[in-house]
Amino acid sequence: MSETARSQGLARIEAVAGRGMITLKGDMDSRRFKNVLAKALDLPLPDPLRCAFEGARGIGWMAPDEVLIFVPGAEVPEALAALRDKIGDDHITAVDVSDARAQFRLTGPGAREVLAKLSPVDFAPARFVPGTFRRTRLAQVPVAVWQKDADRFGLVCFRSVGGYVAGLLANAAAPGAEVGYFTAGG
Amino acid sequence: MLRLTCPCCGAAADETELAPGGEAHLLRQGPGSSDDAFEAYLFQRKNPYGVHFERWRHAHGCGKWFHAARDTRTLEVFGTYSAQVSAPPQDILDRIAEKHPGFSSEGGQ
Ligand SMILES: [Zn+2]
Repeated sequence: MSETARSQGLARIEAVAGRGMITLKGDMDSRRFKNVLAKALDLPLPDPLRCAFEGARGIGWMAPDEVLIFVPGAEVPEALAALRDKIGDDHITAVDVSDARAQFRLTGPGAREVLAKLSPVDFAPARFVPGTFRRTRLAQVPVAVWQKDADRFGLVCFRSVGGYVAGLLANAAAPGAEVGYFTAGG
Repeated sequence: MLRLTCPCCGAAADETELAPGGEAHLLRQGPGSSDDAFEAYLFQRKNPYGVHFERWRHAHGCGKWFHAARDTRTLEVFGTYSAQVSAPPQDILDRIAEKHPGFSSEGGQ
């Protein structure tokens, strides 16, 4: 199965093509770091383990010194230039990682269960809420997964394992594979 | 199953999201040390049936190193703390003392 596959069973799973991703690394506690984000992209720095989206653009908290910026693919050169202009001589790095990662969208009431089958993260509706952004493990590979709104989740992995992840998700979401673990709790 | 809360990002991480880094608070022995001290630094490790201080890395997560104090017998976790210290902090030692009165940690070797 290729990473461009779509499947529909427990949840609708789509490979998302053409999304731009920029890694920004530096001292996140510094005012400069927050200023760079605010001035270059008009986006706020999210709290740890959180993400914030405004339309097609957003930021996910990756590590105490790293965020992942999402922009439409065509806007990457412009966003990178704006970031580097605001960074100036500061020790902050901005790198285009769009081609390094594959992105997936999971939608539908069963999306939560599909992810919970494959990861050790607590996906209970009261714990993993809209705006949660978590790096973890999906079966055997590292991923970052977030909840955008009620029934919509996003996921990125290294592109080299994109086919594997597409297969995992499709299998976990196969018709008839429901467990119903979260349905009682809503 | 072991779950440790990473003090760097706050995530409750499952053992399978972590990479073990072995015994914590080793004191490096390098040039100028005795052969015995160097051998102990390289090869001699504690293997207690009880309280142990360990290094872990949040590998499938924020990627950072941290320390953990736990009981290898009961699997109780006393707490996790910064990697940037050479001995366990007092609040961790206090929590251990509640369960193991008189416990003392020698820090390094
Ligand atoms: Zn962490």
